Amino acid sequence: MQPHRERGDLDTAGFRAAILNPAAERPTSITGPNGKQAVRRFNVYRNNVTVSLIDALADIFPVVQRITGKSFFRDMAREFVRAHPPSSPLLFEYGHNFASFMETFEPAARMPYLADVARVERCWLTAYHAADTATLAPARLGEIPPDLLGDTGFAPHPATGLVRSKFAVVEIFDANRNQENVGRIRAGIPQDALVTRPGHDVAVTRLPDGQGAFFGRLIAGGTLAEAAEAGANEAGGFDITEAIGALISTGAFIAAETRDQQD
Amino acid sequence: MSKTAKTVSTAILAGAVATAMSSFAHAGPLTEAEGKAAMEAGKEKCYGVSLAGTNDCAAGPGTTCQGTSTVDFQGNAWTFVSGGTCASIEVPGGRMGSLEPLDRDLPA
Repeated sequence: MQPHRERGDLDTAGFRAAILNPAAERPTSITGPNGKQAVRRFNVYRNNVTVSLIDALADIFPVVQRITGKSFFRDMAREFVRAHPPSSPLLFEYGHNFASFMETFEPAARMPYLADVARVERCWLTAYHAADTATLAPARLGEIPPDLLGDTGFAPHPATGLVRSKFAVVEIFDANRNQENVGRIRAGIPQDALVTRPGHDVAVTRLPDGQGAFFGRLIAGGTLAEAAEAGANEAGGFDITEAIGALISTGAFIAAETRDQQD
Repeated sequence: MSKTAKTVSTAILAGAVATAMSSFAHAGPLTEAEGKAAMEAGKEKCYGVSLAGTNDCAAGPGTTCQGTSTVDFQGNAWTFVSGGTCASIEVPGGRMGSLEPLDRDLPA
């Protein structure tokens, strides 16, 4: 017989340890009426917590689930949920480290592209929930004196995300997210995905060669000259005019700021 | 100034910006009304609404307190059989990412 406990006398550490781990001992602070054991009640609750977190991951990563199939996904997600419970009560913030988990999850090793696809999906949801902000007006670039262009940096829109991959992430993402039938896809083609949300719709864009490095440098706070340099160094076919057009048209940035000359 | 910084000269950048700008001007900058219409059109689509609801509690299983428990909870049922699209995604080296159940020791 368990000793009766007062309300508020909850053993939170024990509760936390047991809530996702079926092998852990049921916390003694959980009792039924009259101090009766509450094993079955607790099991129901534990199951619901686990299932709801797996369901949340399935909602956040629908493409990953479609690629792996449901049973694989749920097995993988259950492992993740137990190893990495949410740190925020907001479930749309969950799963930021699910992609890196996949990279170490042995059964997923046959799908080496899976983690990067998951990164695109996580960026998608972050973009979806990001703050509304006006994007950089095209005319703004024209106002910058030409000799200061090279020293100009750009503030990223809160929705902007970039996933650079050795795999065909954009093609895999698009086919599984937007198409009824997924044809044969060669995964071994490097692709860079730019995730933006210029209005209310999230866009996932495949960047042309060199623009991954270009956008990456700009998002990291580099100047236009540094970004152009990075793009040109990465790909011979890099087109600076095209890249600057994309800088404007994708809505990835909200402001342009010319660095102080002493920098 | 470092050698590399000169790779992309001011003149090249200025020219690129001018060209990029002119292509936008050619397409015709959106008027305020056009811009607003485009934004409104985007608002109506609203896909991803289901994602916004992921904070729901799992009101289904277990709410009747009959000890219901879906398979997710039950132990380590390692069922790596896939009905997923990975079978059509070709990974470098020519293997498809199909997921036969793995022959290995199940975790305890």
